[in-house]
Amino acid sequence: MSDQVQSEVRVIPDSVPFRRELYSRILKGCMFLCIGITAALVAFLILYILVRAVPYFSWEILTTKPSYLKGTIGVLPDILNTVYLVLTALVIVLPLGVGAAIYLNEYARSKKLVKIIEYAVETLAGIPSIIYGLVGMLFFCQFLGLQTSLLAGALTLVIMSIPVIIRTTQESLKTVPSGYREGAYGLGAARWHMIRTVVLPCCIDGIVTGCILAAGRMLGESAALLFTAGFAHALHGYIDGITSSGATLTVALYVYAKEQGEFEVAFVIAAILLVLCFITNYFAAAFGRHMHKIHADSK
Amino acid sequence: METIFDVENFNLWYGENHALHNINMQIEKNSITALIGPSGCGKSTFIKTLNRMNDLIPSVRLSGSIKYRGQEIVNSKINVYNLRKEVGMVFQKPNPFPMSIYDNIAYGPRTHGIKNKSQLNEIVEKSLRDAAIFDELKDRLKDSALGLSGGQQQRLCIARALAVKPDVLLMDEPTSALDPISTSKIEELVLELKKNYSIVIVTHNMQQAVRISDYTAFFLLGDLVEFDKTDKIFSQPADKRTEDYITGRFG
Repeated sequence: MSDQVQSEVRVIPDSVPFRRELYSRILKGCMFLCIGITAALVAFLILYILVRAVPYFSWEILTTKPSYLKGTIGVLPDILNTVYLVLTALVIVLPLGVGAAIYLNEYARSKKLVKIIEYAVETLAGIPSIIYGLVGMLFFCQFLGLQTSLLAGALTLVIMSIPVIIRTTQESLKTVPSGYREGAYGLGAARWHMIRTVVLPCCIDGIVTGCILAAGRMLGESAALLFTAGFAHALHGYIDGITSSGATLTVALYVYAKEQGEFEVAFVIAAILLVLCFITNYFAAAFGRHMHKIHADSK
Repeated sequence: METIFDVENFNLWYGENHALHNINMQIEKNSITALIGPSGCGKSTFIKTLNRMNDLIPSVRLSGSIKYRGQEIVNSKINVYNLRKEVGMVFQKPNPFPMSIYDNIAYGPRTHGIKNKSQLNEIVEKSLRDAAIFDELKDRLKDSALGLSGGQQQRLCIARALAVKPDVLLMDEPTSALDPISTSKIEELVLELKKNYSIVIVTHNMQQAVRISDYTAFFLLGDLVEFDKTDKIFSQPADKRTEDYITGRFG
């Protein structure tokens, strides 16, 4: 057994042909250029907004309403309008979207029906928001008689963000192991009891992520709100605010920049939106990570 | 002999696929009945009929009769939630819920309306004791059940099934995902449980069937080929196919 035969010696060349080397370097250079341009554009955008906004930032502008008499400008009404609008829309869209997702994933027995509804939801997600605005204006403002109001705007955003909530909820429902469902059924649990006590607790993170994503989308929406929520900058409490016309931050940005030429205010608003955008993205990502960790632990 | 399940001319279809043909058998009270046979022979399908878990699959159709303590459960209006409380189930892969050990055991009793704290404590302790896992877990009741080893998880699942005070335990290959030591612990436990429960167990492991069961049913391609006392099946099988299977000629 000990007489091993040495196999034939092979020389491995240690040089790469020049053309191949050159080609690979050029490609690498191109890719660096691509990432460089992308990063530079983003950095420029953020820096530009901050540079333009910071000189005008003041406690006053954040905490007052604009006054034509005194000639002052404040964005507090726009901030409050945004908060009212997003909270109202979330409170309405959450039960609708989560309920629809539960139906599609846990109850619906006809695969064809599920396919059709899912296709409709996908389509809904792809429609340009200006169309939601137009339909929202005709249906909520005129047909239902809500006038131009934050409520009409919130309802329009509800329809727009239903797909986000349905999709994220459905995805997290699908990650719940079938063993959990079988286990609960095996103990004599009825379907809704099983969903409420076993399935939904596993999906809380996914639902929260969906809410944050939807809130982010609502914060950034302007086209649909131009038609439905109006342009007013009046300072209101919640009840008065929701039933009257009001500009959100994005709409106010448009009005200040385009109609009134107040670019300083527009940039202040842009900076606020930028910060909100960072915050929502951070939380969405954090919840996403948390969710992955939980599911990794349960395997 | 007291019969707990009386199966007569039972048939099952998945859509067009006739998966179980004319099954006839009587399952005895306070005994362990093993269901053996190659993969896809219908034994898991059969066991899931005994507590109507097959209801969850839309394309399933049933015919014939299965009586549980005299009550018809095939195509009848029996309350399946109460049936599943009486006929508990332990699954192939340990499936504790992502909750604390305590909440896992208390899940069943809570589902059936028990809210009293001291009553729940009592049930949790008794169930864990009956599943011979109380001493291991008594200091960790608030910990997540997902942190337990596979064998502990499976015994926890058995305790969880016992917590609703069932009459029958169905076990669908309960040890196939476990190591040999955990397997022998579960086997000891099953032998102990037979005093108070009737047990039907699906197994791929023929030594396991020999070690623990009183009766063995051999399924092949949707037929119940042979059903008899375990000693008889493994020493003098009446059917050539049974003999071929248990001597390892196929499967």
